[in-house]
Amino acid sequence: MGFVSTKELLTIRNLRTSFRIKDTFYPAVDDVSLTLRKNEILAIVGESGCGKSTLATSIVGLHNSIHTKVEGEILYNNQNLANLTEVQFNKLRGNDIGFIFQDPLSALNPLMRIGEQIAEGLIYHTKLNKKQREARVLELLEQVGISNASRVANQFPHQLSGGMRQRVMIAIALSGKPAIIVADEPTTALDVTIQAQILDLLKSLQDEIQSGIILITHDLGVVAEIADRVAVMYAGEIIEEAPVIELFRNPKHPYTRSLLNSIPQTHSENEKLEIIQGMVPSLMKLPREGCRFSSRVPWLDESVHEKNPKLHEVGPGHLVRCTCWQHFYFEDKEGSVNG
Amino acid sequence: MSFMQVQDLKVHYPIRGGFFNTVVDHVFAVDGVTMEFERGKTYGLVGESGSGKSTTGKAMIGLEKITTGKIIYEGQEVTNQRRNRDSAYNRDIQMIFQDSHSSMNPRKRVLDILAEPIRNFMKLSPQEERKRINELLAIVGMSEDVLLKYPHEFSGGQKQRLGIARAVACNPKMIIADEPVSALDLSVQAQVLNFMKEIQEQYGISYLFISHDLGVVRHMCDHISIMYKGRFVETGKREDIYSNPQHIYTNRLLSAIPNIEPETRLERKIERQKVEAIYQQEQHKYYDEQGKVYPLKAISESHKVAMAGTEKGGL
Repeated sequence: MGFVSTKELLTIRNLRTSFRIKDTFYPAVDDVSLTLRKNEILAIVGESGCGKSTLATSIVGLHNSIHTKVEGEILYNNQNLANLTEVQFNKLRGNDIGFIFQDPLSALNPLMRIGEQIAEGLIYHTKLNKKQREARVLELLEQVGISNASRVANQFPHQLSGGMRQRVMIAIALSGKPAIIVADEPTTALDVTIQAQILDLLKSLQDEIQSGIILITHDLGVVAEIADRVAVMYAGEIIEEAPVIELFRNPKHPYTRSLLNSIPQTHSENEKLEIIQGMVPSLMKLPREGCRFSSRVPWLDESVHEKNPKLHEVGPGHLVRCTCWQHFYFEDKEGSVNG
Repeated sequence: MSFMQVQDLKVHYPIRGGFFNTVVDHVFAVDGVTMEFERGKTYGLVGESGSGKSTTGKAMIGLEKITTGKIIYEGQEVTNQRRNRDSAYNRDIQMIFQDSHSSMNPRKRVLDILAEPIRNFMKLSPQEERKRINELLAIVGMSEDVLLKYPHEFSGGQKQRLGIARAVACNPKMIIADEPVSALDLSVQAQVLNFMKEIQEQYGISYLFISHDLGVVRHMCDHISIMYKGRFVETGKREDIYSNPQHIYTNRLLSAIPNIEPETRLERKIERQKVEAIYQQEQHKYYDEQGKVYPLKAISESHKVAMAGTEKGGL
C-alpha cells in the first residue's frame, strides 16, 4: 500500500487543447506537461474554467476534431494518444483507460439496465460469452461494494441512489482492468458521507489493481484525503506541482496560497476569509504573455513576474511557475515579504 | 428574545395511487421542526440531500404549504398566510436561492430585478427608488453601469451578489439562504461569505443558513441544527455540535468531512470507518421502529439531542 513505482505510465508533453471560436483557436489547456506513474493518484485542482476537465477529456479523446485542436504528446505505451483516430481510440477507451464522469445520472443510459451497461464494454473488448459476461458483471458490482448485485444488475439507473450510481460508474470504468483511470469530479454531486465511502472505495480498488488515477477536482479537501501528487491549474496552465504533503504544508505560488487561505477552517471562525481579487480572465481575453496570475495580485510590482514564466524546481518534485512567489505577500499584511 | 418562532412545523406530501387515485400514503418531508430565531444571529441547518432542510426553508417563507405547525412572527401567527403586499412578514423575511441564475427573470434588467421588491413593499417615488437601487449596488460592491445589463451577462459570484442585493432591498429582519455558495468556486465563495457577514453586522439581519457543507456552516453559524429524515437529530450552539456531538448521526457526518491535512488522513480514515461500523451496528438504538428520529431532549441549556425515552445514549 502506498507504494508508488517510478515507472511512467502516461507522459503528457506540451499538451495544448484549443477550442474554435469564430475561426480562431483559443487554447483552454496551454502547454501542460505531466506524468502519471503506476499506482499513483495524481490530483488536478483548479477552479471552474481553468481547463482541468478539458485536460481530462483530451486524454481520453472525447473532443470533436473540427472544433477542437489537440496538439502535443500524450504518450501511453509508445503511442501518442493525441494523434489516434477514433477507431484506434475505441480500442483503448474502456480497456486501457477508464473514465468516471461527474454526473452519473446523465452518463448512464436511462433506458438500459445496469447490467447491460456494464457488459457493453466487455462485449467490445473481451471474448467472453454471455454467461461469462454476466458473471463478470456481478463480480464487478460486488467489487465496488454493491451487496445485492444480481438485483441491481436488473435495475435501471433512476432506481438507484446517487452513491449507487457512482459505484456503477466506477464498475464500468473498472470493467477492462484499466491501467489508467481518469476521474472527473467523481464525488462532487454526492453527500459528504457518501463521498467518503466512494473515496475509500477508489483507494482500495487502486491498491488492488495498481492502476494510475488522474483525479480532477475543485475540492482541496478531497485532494488532501486521497491524492499522492497534486497539480494546481490556473487559466490553462499548471502553476504548481508537488507531492500532496508538500503542497499543503509548503505552498509556494500566490494562487495556491490564496486558495488554501480561502477555505473556511476551524481557527477562522468569525474571521474574514481571504479572497482573491478580480476574476479568472475569459478564454478569449487571456493574456498570452507574462504571468497569467499578475492581474489578480495588482499590489505586487510588475518586475517580480517573469516575462515568460516557466516552471522552476524549488524542492524535490515541487515545481512552481513564475518567480513572483518569492515576493508575494497577502495584501493586508503589508511589508511582510515572503510572509 | 426571539422575534420569530417555528413550532412543530410539518410538511407532508401526499402520495396518490390505487384505482381512484386516492391518497395512499405521505412523504414526511418535514416532520416536526421547532426553532427560535434571535436578531443578528446565524442559524445553520445541515443535512444530507433529502433530509428536508430546503423544504423547511421554503415552508417558512411560504413557497410550500405547511401541513401542520405554526410560524409566529413578532407575536402574530403567519402560518400559510396569503402572500400580499401589505404583510410585514413577507417584507421582512427574504430568501437567497442556491441557483441565482434561475432565480432571476432572464428578460428583466438588473434595474427591474432589484426594483421589484422595492415596488412591492415600499412606496417610493421613482427618484427615491433609483437612489435606493444605487445604495444596494454600493452595498454589494458593484458599479452603477450594471443596471442596464441582463442576468446572463454576469459571472456566478456576481449573480449571487445581486441575489443578496435583492434580498436586502427592503431591510429584512431575516434572510433564508438556501445553499447560497454551493455552486460557487472557492475564492468566490469566500467573497460571498465575507459579504454576508458584513451586511449582517451592519444591519443586524438574522440568517437561516441551509447548507450541506459543514465547514462553511462552522464558519458562518452561531447555532446549528442537524437534520435527518425531516427531523432534528441534534441542535445546539456551534461549540456544542462540533466539540461535543452526542448523536451518532452527527458523529458520522462530522467524521466524513474531508480535512486539508494530508498527514493525518490515515488516522482519520480509520476513525471514520470505526464510526461507520458503530453507526451500522447501533443504528436501531437511535431511531425508533419506523426508522424515525426520536424527539429532542435537552442535555444542557443550549444543546438538545434526539434520544429514546429513558435511556441516555451517546458515544
